Amino acid sequence: MLTKKQLFTRGMLDISPHMLSVIPFGIICGAIGVELGFHPYLVYAMSFIIFGGASQIVFLQLLSGGASSLVAVASVGIINSRHLLYGAVLSEYLEKLSFIKKLLISYVVVDQGFAESNKFFKKNRNEEFLHYHLIGTGCTMWVCWQIATLSGIVLGSFVPEELGLKFAIPLTFIAIVVQDLKKLDHVIVMITCGLSSLLFFDAPFKSFIIISPVIALFVAALLLRLKK
Amino acid sequence: MTLTAIIFAGILTYLTRMTMIALISRDMLGDKIKAVLEYVPSAVFPAIIFPGIFINDFGTFIEMNDPKIFGALVAVIVGYFSKNIIATISAGLVSYWFLIFVVFS
Repeated sequence: MLTKKQLFTRGMLDISPHMLSVIPFGIICGAIGVELGFHPYLVYAMSFIIFGGASQIVFLQLLSGGASSLVAVASVGIINSRHLLYGAVLSEYLEKLSFIKKLLISYVVVDQGFAESNKFFKKNRNEEFLHYHLIGTGCTMWVCWQIATLSGIVLGSFVPEELGLKFAIPLTFIAIVVQDLKKLDHVIVMITCGLSSLLFFDAPFKSFIIISPVIALFVAALLLRLKK
Repeated sequence: MTLTAIIFAGILTYLTRMTMIALISRDMLGDKIKAVLEYVPSAVFPAIIFPGIFINDFGTFIEMNDPKIFGALVAVIVGYFSKNIIATISAGLVSYWFLIFVVFS
C-alpha cells in the first residue's frame, strides 16, 4: 500500500515529462494574450479561472476578432466539454471521496493529468488513496501552467516563433496514446476520431473537439458489440 | 466586461470538470457504458493530435510534404518502441526542426 505522499510524488513524476510541451505552450498562450491587446491581468486571470490551455487562446482570439462574449464563452464551454468524458472515467476511482473533496479535486482535472492518472489507476485499482495521484498530476500541471503563462505575459514571446513549438502539443498526446496502437480496436477508434476532427474542423464553436470523440465512442460501442 | 466573460467561461469549464465526478455515482453507469468509456483516451486525444498536425494556423489543410507529418511519424515510431514521453516529444521536434532548418532552408 502506497502512502499519500508516495502517490502524490508518483503523480508528479508521471506528468512531468509532458511539461516539455506544456511550458512552451503556456509561454506562447501568455504572450499571445498580451499581443492581442488584452490587459496582462486579464490574460493571467484566465490561467487561474479557466485553467484550460487551448480554450484560453481561442477565447482571446474570438474576442479580439470581434466575436460577442457569448460566442467566446460558449466556445470555451464546448472545447472543455471533453472533461465530462474524463470525469465519467475517473468517477469510478473517486467515488469513495466526500462531496467536498470531489468538488476540490475537479478543479485540477486536465488532459495530461487524466491520461497519466487513468493509466496508473487501471494498474493499481486497490490502492486506498488513489486520488493523491490525480492531485499530484493536477497540481504539477497547475503550477507549471501558472508560471509558464505568467512568464509569457511578463517577458513576451521569448520563445522564437520559428521553432514552431506549438507542434509539441500534438506530440505530447501522441506519446499518450501511442502504446494503444498495438490494439486494433483502439486504432480504429483513434482513426475515426482523427478523421472526424478534420472533417468537422470548421463546425461552429470549435465543436469538432467534442463531435469527433462522440462519433469515435459510438464506433467503440459498435466494436464491442461485434467482439461478443 | 471581459472579466465577466472570463468568469462565466471559468464557471462553465469548472462545471465540465465537476459534473461527472461529483454528481454521478457509479451505479448510474451500466457495465456497457463503462466498457465504452475504456476507449475515452483513444476517442478524445486524436481530436487534438490530427488538427495539430494537418491544419495550419490559418485553419487550412497543410501540404502532403509538410515537415509536421514527418515529425509526427518519427514521434509515433520512437514513442512506440521507447515508451518514453520525453523521447517521443524530442524526436518529433528534432526531426521537424531538421527538415525546416536544414533540409528546406
